[in-house]
Amino acid sequence: MSATLHIIRAGPQLTVQDQGRPAMIARGLSTGGAADMTALAEAAALLGLPSLPSAIEMAGLGGSFAVSNPTRIALTGAPMRAKLDGAEIGWNQTHLVRPGQELAVGGALSGVYGYLTPAGGIATEPFLESRATHLVAGLGRPLASGEALPIGVDRLPAAPPVRIGPAARFSGGVVRIMPGPQTGLFEEAELARFLAARFVRGAASNRQGVRLEHDGAAFQSGEAAGLVSDFIAAGDVQMTGDGVPYVLLSECQTMGGYPRIGTVIGADLPRIAQLPLGGRVQFTLVTVAEADRLYRTPAQLVAEAKTRVAPLVRDPGEIADLLGYQLIGGVVSGRDEEEY
Amino acid sequence: MTGQKASTLTHEILPLGQDGVLVRFARKPDPVALGSAQRFRAMVAMQQNSEILEVAPSLASVLLRFDPAATPRARIEAIAERALAEMGPSADHPVPTRCWHLPVAFGGEAGPQLAEAAALAGLTQEAAVRQVAEADLRVLAIGFAPGQPYIGLLPENWNMPRLSQLTPKVPAGALVIAVRQLVLFCNDSTTGWRQIGQTGFRPYWPQSQTPFRLEVGDAIRIEPISLTDFPSLAPESTDGLGGARLEILG
Repeated sequence: MSATLHIIRAGPQLTVQDQGRPAMIARGLSTGGAADMTALAEAAALLGLPSLPSAIEMAGLGGSFAVSNPTRIALTGAPMRAKLDGAEIGWNQTHLVRPGQELAVGGALSGVYGYLTPAGGIATEPFLESRATHLVAGLGRPLASGEALPIGVDRLPAAPPVRIGPAARFSGGVVRIMPGPQTGLFEEAELARFLAARFVRGAASNRQGVRLEHDGAAFQSGEAAGLVSDFIAAGDVQMTGDGVPYVLLSECQTMGGYPRIGTVIGADLPRIAQLPLGGRVQFTLVTVAEADRLYRTPAQLVAEAKTRVAPLVRDPGEIADLLGYQLIGGVVSGRDEEEY
Repeated sequence: MTGQKASTLTHEILPLGQDGVLVRFARKPDPVALGSAQRFRAMVAMQQNSEILEVAPSLASVLLRFDPAATPRARIEAIAERALAEMGPSADHPVPTRCWHLPVAFGGEAGPQLAEAAALAGLTQEAAVRQVAEADLRVLAIGFAPGQPYIGLLPENWNMPRLSQLTPKVPAGALVIAVRQLVLFCNDSTTGWRQIGQTGFRPYWPQSQTPFRLEVGDAIRIEPISLTDFPSLAPESTDGLGGARLEILG
């Protein structure tokens, strides 16, 4: 049995995202998937799911939505102003949306990418084992106003609402990079200058990469000329011809000829993807061994996020429809809670 | 005499992200590095080691992807070292198992820079097309964009640099040349390479359940067709094959 999520009004870039397609590098297809994987882990933790779900990624601005069946949703990633039937509702928590209600998601208050995750998952046809829209590769396209998105039925709509303390990542900060195949092509002084610089997000940023700007001189490698094209990993900090760094994200090209000074580790890549205009980042270099120790599987990310989930304590005075509220939800869904 | 082989085959084993080991044979284009990457790719792929999730070759390197939660990096590096010790330096490529025959229209609207490229190769346009058609070509790497092949190598006289000015737009199906290699574009693209021909074949056809048609190591035979034949091989009417034919080699 399936349900439907109606897109009443779509913001400029709503896309279905999940973990992406990790094993297609040899085919020239980059992994793609959510720009902020932590947001998917937090949604999984909120909804009691064992693995990273598929979600609607909302770049900068949300939209308005309705459901065919009572469905819990999780709102994670960049905090956005959200309303259910006109009443303000909180970010980083679950909400029950009933048929006939309108969920409206506005602009990002900080960060860039917000995520709307229905508890039953998104039920579009997978392609190469993923539902992720890959804009650069022409796989899927942004969701449009009026579209009906198939979703799975929420089996536990009465589960009590929960909230999560989000991992800090929406206002820049320190980002860890590990050495990559071309780190050695930069002089030590140039690497030191890079690590000392503070960067802001450039306007030319998208799911392929984030352009970083700073006040100092361009970054140069004396070995850049005539390099043969070689593999790129998401997180690579690429120095383009004019010496401006780009941090490559999940939809990057798979190969390129520009030198890369290092690779942002997975745990810190959301901090880059979510860097808002005006936010600042600085890089710190970790060893390969340290980077390897910091690796987390998707299941580990979800388990870690679950430690930050707590029941949502609600003031009954704020609940408009007290009689319609499932007061014994905690008892009914006891099984659900055991999963934490 | 593996010691002697190891001393003459230069390689570096490098990290590429938290789940990648890159074996690099050269930083700049080099036929021996290219052959080494192809043979190393074939050797690792043949071993079917379950600890290696993906083996991907580029023009002078091979990427081994692994699951860091299950396998330490040092183990993948040791697997790479062992395979390298069994290889000597050589520009030879593994024997192909498949050959694609690709109809391509050259010159005119289909190849506006054929005359320029032929002149740089020291050939008439007719001789240039003949040399491309007779070349023993392989898919050397797939990348930059989904399914997009780097094909080579053409003879030495095709070792021409990229253009200093980018061509803002070449069409999908454009066959372009630089540094002894051909690239076949899947989509409209900006490029610094010279367009010599065009084909109705699309190496990436997302509508299909098998959207990636080429594999690294595939032999490629370019079959020149006339400009008047070209429209009948439009990708829309031929499921993106454009008259291409796949031959399985015995």
